[in-house]
Amino acid sequence: MSEEIKVDLELDLKGLLCPLPMVKVSQNIGNVPVGGVIRAVATDPGSMADIPAWAKSTGNEVLAAEKQGNEFVFLVKRVK
Amino acid sequence: MPDETEKQKSLAMVVMSGDMDKLFGAFIIANGAAAMGMDVTMFFTFWGLRAIKKDVRTGKTLFGKMLGAMYGGDISKANPSKFSFAGLGRWMFNKMMGNHNVAKLAELRDMAVQLGVNMYGCQMSMDVMEIPQDAFIDGVKEPVGVGFFLLKAQDADITLFI
Repeated sequence: MSEEIKVDLELDLKGLLCPLPMVKVSQNIGNVPVGGVIRAVATDPGSMADIPAWAKSTGNEVLAAEKQGNEFVFLVKRVK
Repeated sequence: MPDETEKQKSLAMVVMSGDMDKLFGAFIIANGAAAMGMDVTMFFTFWGLRAIKKDVRTGKTLFGKMLGAMYGGDISKANPSKFSFAGLGRWMFNKMMGNHNVAKLAELRDMAVQLGVNMYGCQMSMDVMEIPQDAFIDGVKEPVGVGFFLLKAQDADITLFI
């Protein structure tokens, strides 16, 4: 996917279950500048629904949400 | 994308149950809502009070002390609503949740405090059950009554009773 996107922060969310993947993204979004991108890797299938819902509710943007093997990889952009 | 001036969404919930399974639901929803940027109010009443209690003895009168002894302790003593088997069910569910990496109840509750969830004890239940404010964990706000909760609930986008 989007190799050209610069990632500001890597988050390892592997092994975490609901609601932790979403909570961790939320706790870390402030650690990247506005316009910055978090790359998060989760193993909880529920995060495929939850992280986009979180982004919609908080006004941030999910640039990509992809299943890669047993992992779910997200690129989340801080919008404000 | 929500506009900057848009009113913050809010969630108001009553936590009446002291059951492990219901408390899991309450704190998972509260943490999720806080992470999603909502203003969250949890109003703990009756059996729900133990969820915000420290592991201390409570009670002033004979009955209050009996209650404190028989239903004392803290959130780690919560039993599942079904499959309780005098503590065996709690042990089994804790094992199963540990195996699946789910956070412990106390951890979820402490995370909610960290995320800025507003927790209140119900003054009337605290009086009846003889549980004083200083028996609660840090971060629990001063006790309130039903009027305060209803005002929060009236303005909330989501209300829940657990």
